[in-house]
Amino acid sequence: MILNFKCDYNPDISNSDDLNVEMAHLLSAQSAAGSGANSRRRAPKLLAVASGGGHWVQLLRVASAFQGCDVTYVSTHASYRSQVQGHKFLTVSDSSLSTKLGLIRTAIQLAAIVWTERPDIVVSTGAAPGYFALRLGRLFKARTIWLDSIANVEKLSLSGAKIGRHADLWLTQWPHLAKPEGPHYEGSVI
Amino acid sequence: MIFVTVGTQMHFDRLISAVDEWAGTDTSRTVVAQAGPSTYRPKFIKSVPFMSAQDFRDHMHQARVIVSHAGMGSIITALEFGKRIIVMPRRADQGEHRNDHQIATAKYFGSQGHVLVASDKEELFQKLSQFRSGDTVEPISSTASPALISTLRKFVESGSEPRSR
Repeated sequence: MILNFKCDYNPDISNSDDLNVEMAHLLSAQSAAGSGANSRRRAPKLLAVASGGGHWVQLLRVASAFQGCDVTYVSTHASYRSQVQGHKFLTVSDSSLSTKLGLIRTAIQLAAIVWTERPDIVVSTGAAPGYFALRLGRLFKARTIWLDSIANVEKLSLSGAKIGRHADLWLTQWPHLAKPEGPHYEGSVI
Repeated sequence: MIFVTVGTQMHFDRLISAVDEWAGTDTSRTVVAQAGPSTYRPKFIKSVPFMSAQDFRDHMHQARVIVSHAGMGSIITALEFGKRIIVMPRRADQGEHRNDHQIATAKYFGSQGHVLVASDKEELFQKLSQFRSGDTVEPISSTASPALISTLRKFVESGSEPRSR
């Protein structure tokens, strides 16, 4: 199966003939490089999540891969909005896997975001907020990408190690950390 | 201008105080710091806890020298601007981070010649004294490696796991 769109997002699709037409449109739009304006309304919804600092900088460096998607960015500093102009941008509170209360708050915020956005794809470069986003996205059948931070030279991050079986595409940025069962190495952000 | 950044999450008084001491040896230099929650009160550095993303990039762009913790946000941004950067990795035993991954990051990026590494104050002073004005490096591209972009793109477009066939 090439496409994985949830057609119940399009209230105007009421019977199977319409559905086939819609699918054909989607297919042609998808095959065109940098799919243009006519596919915009039905572009896959992508939720891109990263903590502040290095995680965010790395997310921006892969953002060109999301071209043609309806992208919502989520991070921990409001001032990052200016770097993703033209896209939806939301903030969650910062937390790490070492502060339980902060974690719960971040998880609740992300649950609300995933519930509202219903993304087709969730992608994260870490850390804890991305972990929650992938787990919660999975509950709503989103496909998930984890790109472990390039900062983790000797071993995967805590979140990155735990997320493994919940990520459809599980990547490390270091060849020596790749394993046959994942994470895989497919290049890095620099 | 010399720009010092230690991110925003945890204190790094060891670095801020070392740079402040160095700044005090020649007060004609302008030193600006994003010090995060560091508690040391510098005497010779203009210090703020947090800068907006744009402000941060402006300072990176204008800086002659960048001194930083070994955080990827600082390292990658410096490399994007083609700036020389001296990094001091945070240490867990000093309460500067939850673990020692910055030591590994610094070691690797240092061995690749991307950054200069200073483990302590003495090494930092030594690295700072070696700097010549106009000592820049070739900026890195503004996006990730083509292989990584292509893998992500394929996944986003295809709807199937790239490795499944």
